[in-house]
Amino acid sequence: MKAFLILEDGTVFAGTSIGSPREVVSEIVFNTSMTGYLEVLTDPSYAGQAVVMTYPLIGNYGICYEDMESERPWLDAFIVRELSRIPSNFRSEDTIQNFLLKYDIPGIAGIDTRALTKILREKGTMNGCITTNENYQLEEILPRLAAYTTGKVVEKVTCREKYVLQGDGPRVALLDLGTKRNIARCLNQRGCEVTVYPALTKAEEILAASPDGIMLSNGPGDPKECTAMIEEIKKLYASDVPIFAICLGHQLMALANGADTYKMKYGHRGGNHPVRDLATGRVYISSQNHGYVVDAEHMDPAIAVPAFENVNDGTNEGLAYTGKNIFTIQFHPEASPGPLDSGYLFDRFMGMMRPEAAAEKSAAADEGGKEMPEPDHEREVRL
Amino acid sequence: MPKNPDIKKVLVIGSGPIVIGQAAEFDYAGTQACRALHEEGIEVVLLNSNPATIMTDKDIADHVYIEPLTVEVVEQLILKERPDSVLPTLGGQAGLNLAMELAERGFLEKNGVRLIGTTAQTIKKAEDRQEFKNTMEKIGEPVAPSKVVESVEEGVAFTRTIGYPVVLRPAYTLGGSGGGIAHNYEELVEILENGLRLSRVGQVLVERCIAGWKEIEYEVMRDGAGNVITVCNMENIDPVGVHTGDSIVVAPSQTMGDKEYQMLRTSALNIISELKITGGCNVQFALHPDSFEYCVIEVNPRVSRSSALASKATGYPIAKVAAKIALGYTLDEIKNAITGKTYASFEPMLDYCVVKMPRLPFDKFISASRRLTTQMKATGEVMSICTNFEGALMKAIRSLEQHVDCLLSYDFSGMDDDALLRQLAVVDDRRIWVIAEALRRKFSYEKIHELTKIDIWFIDKIAILTEMEERLRKEELTVELLKEAKRVEFPDNVIARLTGRSEEEIKQLRYSHGIIAAYKMVDTCAAEFAATTPYYYSVFGSENEASGELAGNAAAETDSDCARETASRRKKVLVLGSGPIRIGQGIEFDFCSVHCTWAFEKEGYETIIINNNPETVSTDFDIADKLYFEPLTPEDVENVVRLENPDGAVVQFGGQTAIKLTESLMKMGVPILGTSAENVDAAEDRELFDEILEKCNIPRPAGHTVFTAEEAKKAANELGYPVLVRPSYVLGGQGMQIAINDEDVEQYIGVINRIAQEHPILVDKYMMGKEIEVDAVCDGTDVLIPGIMEHIERAGIHSGDSISVYPAQSISKKIKRVIEDYTRKLARSLHVIGLINIQFIVSNDEVYVIEVNPRSSRTVPYISKVTGIPIVPLATKVILGATIRDLGFEPGLQPEADYFAIKMPVFSFEKIQGADISLGPEMKSTGECLGIAATFDEALYKAFLGAGINLPKYKNMIITVRDSDKLDVIDIAKRFEALGYNIFATKGTARALMEEDIQVRMTRKVEQESPNILDLILGHEIDLVIDTPSQGVGHAKDGFIIRRNAIETGVNVLTSLDTANALITSLENNNIHGLTLVDIAAIDRRM
Repeated sequence: MKAFLILEDGTVFAGTSIGSPREVVSEIVFNTSMTGYLEVLTDPSYAGQAVVMTYPLIGNYGICYEDMESERPWLDAFIVRELSRIPSNFRSEDTIQNFLLKYDIPGIAGIDTRALTKILREKGTMNGCITTNENYQLEEILPRLAAYTTGKVVEKVTCREKYVLQGDGPRVALLDLGTKRNIARCLNQRGCEVTVYPALTKAEEILAASPDGIMLSNGPGDPKECTAMIEEIKKLYASDVPIFAICLGHQLMALANGADTYKMKYGHRGGNHPVRDLATGRVYISSQNHGYVVDAEHMDPAIAVPAFENVNDGTNEGLAYTGKNIFTIQFHPEASPGPLDSGYLFDRFMGMMRPEAAAEKSAAADEGGKEMPEPDHEREVRL
Repeated sequence: MPKNPDIKKVLVIGSGPIVIGQAAEFDYAGTQACRALHEEGIEVVLLNSNPATIMTDKDIADHVYIEPLTVEVVEQLILKERPDSVLPTLGGQAGLNLAMELAERGFLEKNGVRLIGTTAQTIKKAEDRQEFKNTMEKIGEPVAPSKVVESVEEGVAFTRTIGYPVVLRPAYTLGGSGGGIAHNYEELVEILENGLRLSRVGQVLVERCIAGWKEIEYEVMRDGAGNVITVCNMENIDPVGVHTGDSIVVAPSQTMGDKEYQMLRTSALNIISELKITGGCNVQFALHPDSFEYCVIEVNPRVSRSSALASKATGYPIAKVAAKIALGYTLDEIKNAITGKTYASFEPMLDYCVVKMPRLPFDKFISASRRLTTQMKATGEVMSICTNFEGALMKAIRSLEQHVDCLLSYDFSGMDDDALLRQLAVVDDRRIWVIAEALRRKFSYEKIHELTKIDIWFIDKIAILTEMEERLRKEELTVELLKEAKRVEFPDNVIARLTGRSEEEIKQLRYSHGIIAAYKMVDTCAAEFAATTPYYYSVFGSENEASGELAGNAAAETDSDCARETASRRKKVLVLGSGPIRIGQGIEFDFCSVHCTWAFEKEGYETIIINNNPETVSTDFDIADKLYFEPLTPEDVENVVRLENPDGAVVQFGGQTAIKLTESLMKMGVPILGTSAENVDAAEDRELFDEILEKCNIPRPAGHTVFTAEEAKKAANELGYPVLVRPSYVLGGQGMQIAINDEDVEQYIGVINRIAQEHPILVDKYMMGKEIEVDAVCDGTDVLIPGIMEHIERAGIHSGDSISVYPAQSISKKIKRVIEDYTRKLARSLHVIGLINIQFIVSNDEVYVIEVNPRSSRTVPYISKVTGIPIVPLATKVILGATIRDLGFEPGLQPEADYFAIKMPVFSFEKIQGADISLGPEMKSTGECLGIAATFDEALYKAFLGAGINLPKYKNMIITVRDSDKLDVIDIAKRFEALGYNIFATKGTARALMEEDIQVRMTRKVEQESPNILDLILGHEIDLVIDTPSQGVGHAKDGFIIRRNAIETGVNVLTSLDTANALITSLENNNIHGLTLVDIAAIDRRM
């Protein structure tokens, strides 16, 4: 079946329909990862967006349900150059074609994804529509595209009820703003007992459980839409519980402390972004998925100082909160998909939750020492 | 971390002659690195024995030494030039081994010279089998159960504990030399014995066989601060068991999910971190196809063939970045030259698929086994890029330059199903064609996978191609079908064959429906950032990025380089590259193409290169203004031509590959710059050529053109045997043979006609004499001859396999004047504008012309360097209309240099099982090295040394010559005897020598009972075998067996008495510690 991708600027790409034939309007973003399409499909941070894979050959190794990063795909649509006719991998349980159909995700294949990516790069992220209606009317569709916003998507993707991953180490409260499963898994593998809370949980409830640490997860959408959560995060900040935050969690913590966020031209989505740890000067290749970024330039150093920056464009990639046991990053140490190089940050969080270790560390930092734990490149996802 | 200020003068060690396992990739890496060092104001001293390289140019380094790569030479060089640092990781295994030896001897430390890039300790950790294993165990990285053994007994005992089959890998050898898989005791002993001898340290690793697992490679980089990145990963389509150099390789990996991808990536980074490598590194893994189990196979702590491929596949310049890291920079301080915005500390993302195919030499070695093993056999490779795998594979196939253009090119349709099943299990270079045939017969994917262990994903892709063949045969050729066929890169001629139409019809059909190639950019970042480097590949059914002329696409309007292009008023020139490195067409043509490109650029031209060889300098993204990484077929070239509309094309620098495109280019309306196509043709067309010779009054050996064996025999009898039989329009003497009787003629014609000939076959009177060669530049009126080269071996041995001496030694001034005169007459009569190469025979004081090539030749880089005359830039300027006099040169034969320069061929026979090593009119050498010195003898000694003939060792030799050589061998034998050599000989030869009072030990022939000549060879204490084969088809199997055994046991074999004579001369005058080193950069007679 024919399908069309219509962009806000009037550009039309003709291709073949994949997955559900239903029409969809969404924000079009591109991801440059060469592997990990299933993790992308099931990353809740893509809720409200349609993802273009810049790598042209998708579906080669099929679908392994175990690798899903949440219970279902959350993105609005999937845009590829070519889907593999057959999957080939010892763990493959299904084809990507079936997967998209099963979850009613529409998509388009057979288009020049590089040309599309260049448009998004040059003009910035824009909205688009995928339709199988050959008689589409541009004048009807374009106003709908202009009107589209991702809206309050965190509420849509967060868990309905809290749940616990058992462990005999530190007890971590994970606020699910749209979390990828591997965040909980990374903590759990380090022995943590992880309690996952729905996004709208009150701070009091979390603090009442006296966790050893709080983890704010990744998630979709414009951080400024998350007004209720920001209020609760202010209370979490005020507590003395160590906090580690990733992506949306990082942005919300910054907003909770009076900082600003802004939308980037086309964001960072892929597995090759270099981030510099400002404490050591070391550069790590990171997995990223964000369209918004914290404006660190106008951040009050009394509140927080930059801890990581993007080597390519200098944007903020992490903050260390002054006088607090709080550390937040924009990128994804949990990988899935992407490089595992920054997994050591979970170890840092483990250290933050053990006050004696944390005290040693801050003493070292006070002396101007640049002693940071060497990344251990632990293979947390080795199965 | 900024640059280390203590590094001011760096010695870069190159990789020496091109041999199998060590090809042009190191010229590419070395050249790129030297340029990077220059950028940083570093004084570069370069050492490489290979004169055909670009890195040994004075444009690339400050001091250039084309000297043998031995420890003695490097030591003398370091004492002479006093560099503060040595960069050892650019010269492949040869360079690395040399640096290790220097470090181990304590020489570097004693002289205050440091190894930069990677320390000796790191190299040892990565290269020494046991240390590597220990290191891997320490960081928990799995390796296949294995043991380093130093004796056959030890190997056998260990194998008993892990079971057959086992893989054997000798330590410190190139391209897996001497390695293999042993399935039983006999094989184990055989391979072990050989491997122990070939290993520099007498060690062989015996390990669990993981054949059939997926073979995956990662190219990783690390800087001195410990930052690590992955440049690229690659998946071998051929599973473990085939050397990666002989495998079809795809980048990025296709059949691994993110979990496997990241698992191996993390492992590679852990390894490079633990080894503390500063620079580039290649890590090879075996991944179990049905689990997460993996083993680390090997680590190469240096740039490699794979890193060259990864650089070309991604656009990430590994060698350049490695050089900067060696100077102290960190990855995040080095700009990404492609985007100009980002830094080297990122990981390239591909939005296309890259396929590499090996170029195997079985067309040259007809008797050789085609089986692929862990011993690399490919002489070169091609790479192709497309947005789909099928298309990339199709493009790679037609880039190979071996008469293949699709999956129908090797025909297995005659085999019955059983035979085909058996053939599927055979691992050879035609396997994908066998799979294609199996798929046409509807064999199941599972069955094919079971027999080949090739992942079904790849099998399905091959099926897509065979299904397309079927559709084209059976269905009506609709526009949709044509579009789909072009999407998967079926060339027009194949579509024409399958649909029963003409190629022209298909082309017109395409044009009328707008089905034309579009070009996409290789930008390292999958379009995330705007790139400024015009490195393109073609794809059908997409938007074109290569030119601003196509209106109506949003992206092009904003692309700054496109805008620039539209505004460009510069004249455009198309330079055609020379394709994969193969015997007969080596790196020297890349040298010529690159220099020609640079010369055009200096003249204000916009330069465009089309080439498909990932190993070369010409395909580096910053050589030409635009690089099209494409097959060199008429259709692919025409696609570029249609887009670019060049003002002219140059074909005379790209060897036969480019010359073959001349006619097509003319049809496309592209003016050929320099010598016209008619005149190129005149040199190849026997009748036209004869007319010219007659007009100039130049003699040539009598000869005829024929088409059939009958005609050939008639011609041969008329001329009188021996005769030389060869096809016209070939390269490297392909198919050329000396025939001594009718039987020979019949067989050779048969061999020649295996490949359909459009052109006639030449039968010439074979003349024994001195072979002389000249390269010359002609501007239409005047002719400049840089020098006359003389071959040590008499006519009958291909010029590429002969030792070549400049200036010519044994011919008189009068003869030289005749040669100068003939060269001038021929160049003028053929209206040569640019380069011409002529081969002469001098016999009884008469000069005969045997071959004229109105193009650049194998000897151009060598003669340019040793005369100091920049022949290629000169020829380029002449092509653009300058005269030789305008350029400040006096026409005619140039004054001779005051030293001798000897070019020595280098062979890779030990790598090709079953190849006959005897020299003849068909070229067999893979590379060359140079000996340059003030005296002939020293130059000769250096040349032999450079070729790896480092004698004496045991002072034992074997002589066995044909009857006609028995007189000539006497003097040679006497001289070896005088040097203290024990001479062994078979009966006939022994008798001849004894008559001359030479002490000879007689040995039994091969077919006689043991101990015989073979035992002697296998006893490993023989320095040299002189074995001149009897001519003709009927020559004994004996000689073949002797030569093969000698080569495979690492014994030097000479098959020509002229070579033997030269060798003894060099040995009589050797003094390895007292060599005079010549700085080529100081020889300057340039414009």
